Amino acid sequence: MTTFSESQLLDAYRRMRTIRDFEERIHAENTTGDIPGFVHLYAGQEAIATGVCIHLSEKDYIGSTHRGHGHCIAKLCDVKGMMKEIFGKQGGLCAGKGGSMHIADLSQGMLGANAIVGGNPPLAVGAALTAKTKKTRHCAVSFTGDGGSNQGTTFEAMNMAVVLKLPVLFVVENNGYGEGTGADYAVGSRDIAGRAAGFGMPAVRVDGTDFFAVAEAAGEAIERARNGGGPSAIEAVALRFYGHYEGDPQTYRSAEELKRIREEGDCMKIFRARVTGEGTLTEAQLDAIDAEVAELIEEAVAEARAADYPPVSELTTDVYVSY
Amino acid sequence: MAKKTIREAINEALRQEMARDPDVIIIGEDVSGGAGGSGEEDAYGGVMGVTKGLIGEFGRERVIDTPISESAIMGAAAGAATTGLRPVAELMFVDFVGVCFDQIMNQAAKFRYMFGGKARTPMVLRTMIGAGFRAAAQHSQSLYHLFTAVPGLKCVIPSNAYDAKGLMIQAIRDDDPVIFFEHKALYDIADDVPDEAYTIPFGEANFTRDGDDVTIVAFSRMVHIANEVADKLGREGVSVEVLDPRTSSPLDTDSILESVEKTGRLVIVDESAARCGLAGDIAGMVAQEGFEFLRAPIRQVTVPHTPVPFAPTLEDAYIPSPAKVETAVRQLLEARPRRMSA
Ligand SMILES: Cc1ncc(C[n+]2csc(CCOP(=O)(O)OP(=O)(O)O)c2C)c(N)n1
Ligand SMILES: [Mg+2]
Repeated sequence: MTTFSESQLLDAYRRMRTIRDFEERIHAENTTGDIPGFVHLYAGQEAIATGVCIHLSEKDYIGSTHRGHGHCIAKLCDVKGMMKEIFGKQGGLCAGKGGSMHIADLSQGMLGANAIVGGNPPLAVGAALTAKTKKTRHCAVSFTGDGGSNQGTTFEAMNMAVVLKLPVLFVVENNGYGEGTGADYAVGSRDIAGRAAGFGMPAVRVDGTDFFAVAEAAGEAIERARNGGGPSAIEAVALRFYGHYEGDPQTYRSAEELKRIREEGDCMKIFRARVTGEGTLTEAQLDAIDAEVAELIEEAVAEARAADYPPVSELTTDVYVSY
Repeated sequence: MAKKTIREAINEALRQEMARDPDVIIIGEDVSGGAGGSGEEDAYGGVMGVTKGLIGEFGRERVIDTPISESAIMGAAAGAATTGLRPVAELMFVDFVGVCFDQIMNQAAKFRYMFGGKARTPMVLRTMIGAGFRAAAQHSQSLYHLFTAVPGLKCVIPSNAYDAKGLMIQAIRDDDPVIFFEHKALYDIADDVPDEAYTIPFGEANFTRDGDDVTIVAFSRMVHIANEVADKLGREGVSVEVLDPRTSSPLDTDSILESVEKTGRLVIVDESAARCGLAGDIAGMVAQEGFEFLRAPIRQVTVPHTPVPFAPTLEDAYIPSPAKVETAVRQLLEARPRRMSA
């Protein structure tokens, strides 16, 4: 079993707490009407992005989804730049041109949130191809959903990664739904890990509300990838707290389910109980992080609100590198 | 006759055709919603609610929620259409065509010709276009020009509820693959829409404003912008004709040429693309077929040659605005008539 140092655990908790607070704040801010467009919140799934990204450096790449805020934060993208991007402001990580569904920071190894379901698995394969060709020992991770796992691009990416023996990890976050359609209905075999295994790679299903379970499986897969052992897959199960998008009435879910998720499936509570129970971290240490994160989010929102929208002259820039 | 929104008009067209013809089915992601969930069925009825209520009436056998697998959805619709059904498939946002264009472009569109006239592929592909929702680069495009470029596909781009209903019924009854483009900013626009089923033939433009000085050709949401400009300039005594072709394939070239013959001036307003889009296509046609009618250069008011930006300031500047259309019209009126050779 992997053991984590105190500083690693504090780091993991900080990332998870930042994601949770970020998302809950956006949930609140969104009601003011000042956040343009669609936002899809990651709350409830923090342990997955964190359990994976805790093993990565900024030289390793991740590909993300429309529900990408958590992946960005876990990959240590600048939180203030993210907030500005979501508000569509200057100084945003994508200069306000991308928005919530396209946050990217290549300098942090973040290949972009992606508004096309199934858009990123082939891209992560490409990042892994770079790593393999250049013999960097870096790796790539593709985050996809249960819904995205049904997309042909995902199948193709998985098979090709096996064929080319690439250092890539496919993380399929099974949060029970793709929009309003249940994974139990849309995934024919009801076994995403099994399906990935069918392509010829090691694949496991883990409890996505348990940081330690995710981190254990991811650590092994990433180690294997770095050592030339080829791709792996992890199906991590954790239900999302909020709707598919902000404003989703969620009538496809029962009230009991929503209540149960928060009571039994809250990765923050589960993490806190475990580390304090084992005595590896103290309540005071965790509370201190909570306070620091709260302050960071407060500042991020204030700065995003105060920033200007990009000037119209930006409309036609950056279509090409050279003109 | 009641006022109905475009959303309601399309829903009514689907309901009436499904009741009339048991071969009509609906297939797509969350066209009902709620399958395999812990809550209610028909939770979405399509992300814009256009297919809401149909599952209650026609059941899961005919209102089919799918996995997120657009190639399989489009291909299944094409395959079912050639073998006896009349599927209405949904591609939630036209931007998603990137993952499934083969089944539309190389399969559905080509069967008839490639098989020597033997196949019929009576499918409808409903899809959503349009900027203005801050939905950013991968959820805001108006890619009807891509489909219009493909022989074998018919393309319907309605601008109002009356047309949407009649054109949808026509599309379902048509024996060719029809792509039906719904603008996300127009769903709540209401019009008088007859309760009974009716059809509107493809390839017949609708004149939404009559005028003598300048012709504006526009599709979908841009028709409303053209009408706004026509009304404003009309108060100043400038007479603007607005022509909504309603379908880009087939295209009512006769009506466009007739109008340009009368006015001698043409502005085309198009949300599809600055390059190789519908505006360029129509401008080329008029330059070739109606050159002698023109008293001024043709003006194209299009989106810029950029992806759709997210920031509100940028997206607002991206979309052809009434101000830009008005400027184009005024420029044509100020342009000196071309000197004709004797
Ligand atoms: C190619 C494509 N098809 C459909 C959509 C619309 N859409 C956006 S998110 C989503 C559900 C994705 O489900 P899942 O992969 O499980 O991710 P989750 O939302 O649960 O995080 C759908 C259908 C899309 N963006 N792209
Ligand atoms: Mg999901």
